Amino acid sequence: MTTTRLRITHAGPHVSYQDGGRHGMLRFGVPESGPMDCTAHAAANLAVGNPAGATAIEVSPAGLAVECVEGQVTFAVAGGGFLMDHAGTRGGVWETRTLRAGETLRIMRGHWGSWTYLALAGRVRATEWLGHTATLATSGFGGGLLATDGEIVIEDSRAEPARERSFPCPVFARPKAQARVVVGPQDHRLEPEALSALLDGVHVLSDSYDRMGVRLRGPALAIRDALSIPSEPIVAGSIQVAGDGVATLLLRDHQTTGGYPKIATVLASDLDQIVQLRPRARIVFKAVTPARAVEIARQQARTKAMWLDTLAHHA
Amino acid sequence: MTLRLAPVAEHALLVEFGETIDDATSERIVALDRALAAAAPDGLREVVPGMVNLLVDFDPLVTDHARIEAAVRDCLTRPVPASAAGTRREVEVCYDSDLGTDLSAVAEQTGLGVDAVIAAHLGGDYRVRMYGFTPGYAYMSGTPAAIQLPRKPAAIRGVPAGSVIIAGPQCIVTTLLMPAGWWVLGRSPTRILTGDEDQPFLFDVGDAVTMRRISRDDYERKARREDPA
Repeated sequence: MTTTRLRITHAGPHVSYQDGGRHGMLRFGVPESGPMDCTAHAAANLAVGNPAGATAIEVSPAGLAVECVEGQVTFAVAGGGFLMDHAGTRGGVWETRTLRAGETLRIMRGHWGSWTYLALAGRVRATEWLGHTATLATSGFGGGLLATDGEIVIEDSRAEPARERSFPCPVFARPKAQARVVVGPQDHRLEPEALSALLDGVHVLSDSYDRMGVRLRGPALAIRDALSIPSEPIVAGSIQVAGDGVATLLLRDHQTTGGYPKIATVLASDLDQIVQLRPRARIVFKAVTPARAVEIARQQARTKAMWLDTLAHHA
Repeated sequence: MTLRLAPVAEHALLVEFGETIDDATSERIVALDRALAAAAPDGLREVVPGMVNLLVDFDPLVTDHARIEAAVRDCLTRPVPASAAGTRREVEVCYDSDLGTDLSAVAEQTGLGVDAVIAAHLGGDYRVRMYGFTPGYAYMSGTPAAIQLPRKPAAIRGVPAGSVIIAGPQCIVTTLLMPAGWWVLGRSPTRILTGDEDQPFLFDVGDAVTMRRISRDDYERKARREDPA
């Protein structure tokens, strides 16, 4: 079995190992973590012949650069409009190529997008916590952050030039400025005008954006006596409103419980596209009924599954 | 007590039993949690107990809010499973003053002596109500009225893992080095994040907990042994 080693010549902040996520442990205070954009993560993995939920590297706009010091490995980069420079050839991501000893790969911020994924054919070595390598940024549990001068090790690595190709970013993986929400569960705890301020107003993503969540700027959402509600479970996509009327959209590494009222919840099936917006991007919220939300989730799952299936079977 | 069911996005239902934290509400939450575990409806992914409510998370490709609501209502009509009583767990605590850094402050504010504060804490009847904030933070009820204090005005940074902290009727054994605005009474070598694959968390919601005092020597020995490093 072959092992490929990459030396990390640059790793910016917020670059981490992520597998498909640690589901089913919210009751123990453990959020799902896993990729911010699950669609792009799965696409990169499938394009190199890995399982969809295999460990890959989540790269932020701060970028990642590596040098292959031993072995050779087919890789794919997918997610956002990032740029890459592989062995001196510069271009967009959404590509599968092969990295050989002595070659370098640099992944950089591009025209759009907040997260991209580097998948490597084989098994990426990373520390597991509770059976998963997904990194929980707040505690560092799981695979953890990548650091400059560190190493990425791919066990049972494969070089499969037959997989090399580009697979353009599909429409459903582009950023979306309209997030669909189901109103509640604590909309009744806010002033009636708060809901119209959320749904009719234009909000802007602030710079306060990380794996835990993103704070929004927009019309203040008046809360009533809602600051003393007992702590209750939170999911990724919850829009919680703090005492100052500022809304925060909670993301993959969210706290599992909290006492601020949640005015609405973004559909899980819209989150992959929302997280590809950048700070200062505008966002609007559109309310849908719970039944419509389920329909949307099913439609999107079908469309994504068909596309991911074609990626997996292209060799 | 009014039951309120609220949809959460396309994949969950929040079942709320009331607005105030009390034992009767907690018992209903634990009972529904166990009932759903005993007869899981199709598509159920996870049940997450809160203080006055419980989140039922489901796979929208398999089921929907209406079916989950029907399953919840069905569970509520059934007798409470015997497992709802939970398991009794023990937490060992060393109350030496350099570990229980707020013992004297609590003694001063409650008008009790340090020994009486420790005795009161040991006498509490603790029950795990929910996990929250960060992995393994189990919120227990049962801190006796005599030593109940509101949180500190501001969180103190760097409270070590294993700290036994109280605020109001609540008590937590911390699992990570974290800021905390709660009162630190002692330190425990008992690991809540066990590192055991089959039972990674010591408590489940609904478990009863007894505090047991241990000596400094015992603490040091066990803390070393339990240290995952």
